[in-house]
Amino acid sequence: MTYLDANASEPLRPAARAAAVAAMAAAGNPASIHAAGRAARRILEDAREAIAARFGAAAAGVVFTSGATEADALAIAGLGAGRRLIVGATEHDAVRAAAAGAAVLPVDAEGIADLATLDRMLAEGGPALVCLMAANNETGTIMPVPEAAAICRRHGALLHVDAVQAAGRMPLDLAALGADSIALSSHKLGGPMGAGALLLAADRPLPPLIAGGGQERGRRGGTPALPAIAGFAAAARDAAPASAARLAPLRDAIEHAATCAGAMPLGAGAARLANTTCLALPGVRAETQVIALDLAGVAVSAGSACSSGRVARSHVLDAMGAGTLAGQAIRISLPWCADAADMRACIAAYAAMAERLSRRAA
Amino acid sequence: MRPNRPVYLDNQATTPCDPRVLAVMLPLFSEQFGNPHSVEHAMGRAAEAATETARAEVAALIGAEPREIIFTSGATEANNLAIKGAARHAAWMGNPRRRIITVATEHKCVLESAADLAREGFEPVVLPVRPDGTLDPAVLAAALAEPTLLVSVMAVNNETGVIQDVASLAALAHAAGALFHTDAAQAAGKIGLDVAGQTLDLVSISGHKLYGPKGVGALYVRRRPRVRLAPLLSGGGQERGLRSGTLPAPLLAGFGAACRIARAEMTEDAARITGLRGRLLAALGAAVPDLVVNGDHAEKIPGSLNLTFPRRDAAALMAACPDLCVSTGSACSSAAVEPSYVLRAMGLDPAAAGRSLRIGIGRFTSPADIDYAAAALSAAHNSETPHPVMPASPMIEA
Repeated sequence: MTYLDANASEPLRPAARAAAVAAMAAAGNPASIHAAGRAARRILEDAREAIAARFGAAAAGVVFTSGATEADALAIAGLGAGRRLIVGATEHDAVRAAAAGAAVLPVDAEGIADLATLDRMLAEGGPALVCLMAANNETGTIMPVPEAAAICRRHGALLHVDAVQAAGRMPLDLAALGADSIALSSHKLGGPMGAGALLLAADRPLPPLIAGGGQERGRRGGTPALPAIAGFAAAARDAAPASAARLAPLRDAIEHAATCAGAMPLGAGAARLANTTCLALPGVRAETQVIALDLAGVAVSAGSACSSGRVARSHVLDAMGAGTLAGQAIRISLPWCADAADMRACIAAYAAMAERLSRRAA
Repeated sequence: MRPNRPVYLDNQATTPCDPRVLAVMLPLFSEQFGNPHSVEHAMGRAAEAATETARAEVAALIGAEPREIIFTSGATEANNLAIKGAARHAAWMGNPRRRIITVATEHKCVLESAADLAREGFEPVVLPVRPDGTLDPAVLAAALAEPTLLVSVMAVNNETGVIQDVASLAALAHAAGALFHTDAAQAAGKIGLDVAGQTLDLVSISGHKLYGPKGVGALYVRRRPRVRLAPLLSGGGQERGLRSGTLPAPLLAGFGAACRIARAEMTEDAARITGLRGRLLAALGAAVPDLVVNGDHAEKIPGSLNLTFPRRDAAALMAACPDLCVSTGSACSSAAVEPSYVLRAMGLDPAAAGRSLRIGIGRFTSPADIDYAAAALSAAHNSETPHPVMPASPMIEA
């Protein structure tokens, strides 16, 4: 099986696996004051410091959660209280669902947020919370977050950044971004599933979504998922944007070969994550393409993993004005460990699939 | 650290992961890394198969159907989802009932969830318990005279091990038209739970309290008649829209295995642990004649022992026994210096509550551990020189 669905979940990094397994042996609850509890607490606080250092936050600003969905929801409920909400049109469903009723910030044909419109939207109303992802999960498009942050600051708006796909794949530093918070997911950077974090630029109180027990400085109740968090920190240390850049030539070769086979890359005109390409094959339903590639031993997806299976049209590609191509595009996302053999397998399978299905569609 | 030290007797705070659970999880930590929601490809389907096996194993532990199990990050989230979710959904549906009844000895997350709802116009009512820690059904019945939306009473207390008669309490709640939720974090895998026989509507379970991994739990949500909830976390629409977010397949596989093992070995574990508890109590009772067992007259789970010592503060005893992991109360609030609110609710004065230790015996406790604990605590208690009170740890937050 050639696994090219890293934006759904990255394969676990060996360092993350070792850290998670080691943490599994820690018997204590990090909130207990006895020796076993203190040992567990040390693992938790070491992980907090590692995450903070890696992404430009203070340790006190790191709130561990069960994942990025919870981190996004916590940020929007907390920072958004009493503010109107503005969300990018291509945000993940976790943000869109948590920000029900929000005004939508449009994107251009490459998927880049329209900052002139943001400026106008912020000028027109009261205090706002803006949600803008760092990089899109379906196309890899990188958003102009520092520029958006400057606009938000000028208008007294707060900015929350879903940095799930960006973390570990491009430079990401909360302080440098100028955002008020970023959401991270462990398993999207090669750590275990079951952990994530909200990083706050200011060590502010935040009403918890999950109340009780007073953990995470009162901002998130519940015994932390220690093994997953330890693995998360190890993965974050390991995931270097420089090594992610290694994937660009592999991705470009796949994209080139697919284009020769009739595909149209979407969002390719924008600055993108090195591992992601979104390929539309005119006339062929995305679902059909994914099934054909799965049968050929290549795992890709037709959108975000959460909505896959439902095979809804991609709201991301719709927002980019892709028209009918929105239902005919698949996402190929290379994992950190992808190599030339994966690239060759993908190219062969794609070419065969495109040849067979395009002919049928024509 | 010396071999077999520290001796871990705080199994209510968390339990060590069973090696058999770890063995189930390890393959998912290496070869099988798909997202369980990526059902379009083989790797995703393999991960989904792992989560669905786990769902069936968790369901079987409490006599539920697999589709009645909603996975969460733990019991705290499950309790929040049950209480806030049921209340908010009822309010959206135009249900005029606002009363949420719970009990003074509940876990903080239940009390805080109910308190949070007060800000949304609900009416939390916190009932007292009898000196043995149980809720008097007559007290519940009186509180139910006012139309009530939800009653939440824990199955087993985390500090004393006292078992509540949830079947009777649920019957009272249902007779008054209220839903019944139970926090079964300490009960699941330790005593038999049967959602059908006990007519429970919502049940919270934790992975790491039954020798599974930290970071997973579940909420049982009855389907017939159907209990409806508003989600806490929305997004990708996983867990039938009740709980969005990627399911952590490896952790869930461990949770499922832990439930399967607990179901198979519950009776055997209980018998062995009862023996160990008797051994500890006999040795301690002989050395410390005026020792008091809190909740002594109530039915309790075998592993739990809450003891009030006649002369020494619990903090001093813990400081004198650095190789013994016991506690003064719930782990979440164990950093707090005030005496246990659970014991205070049972009528202990602050001084007696301050001389009380929680001891949790578990599946991996050996007779040698028990003998060490008895000797260490007896010596600490009976020594002439009072030990310094353990300083507040700088790592612990309020």
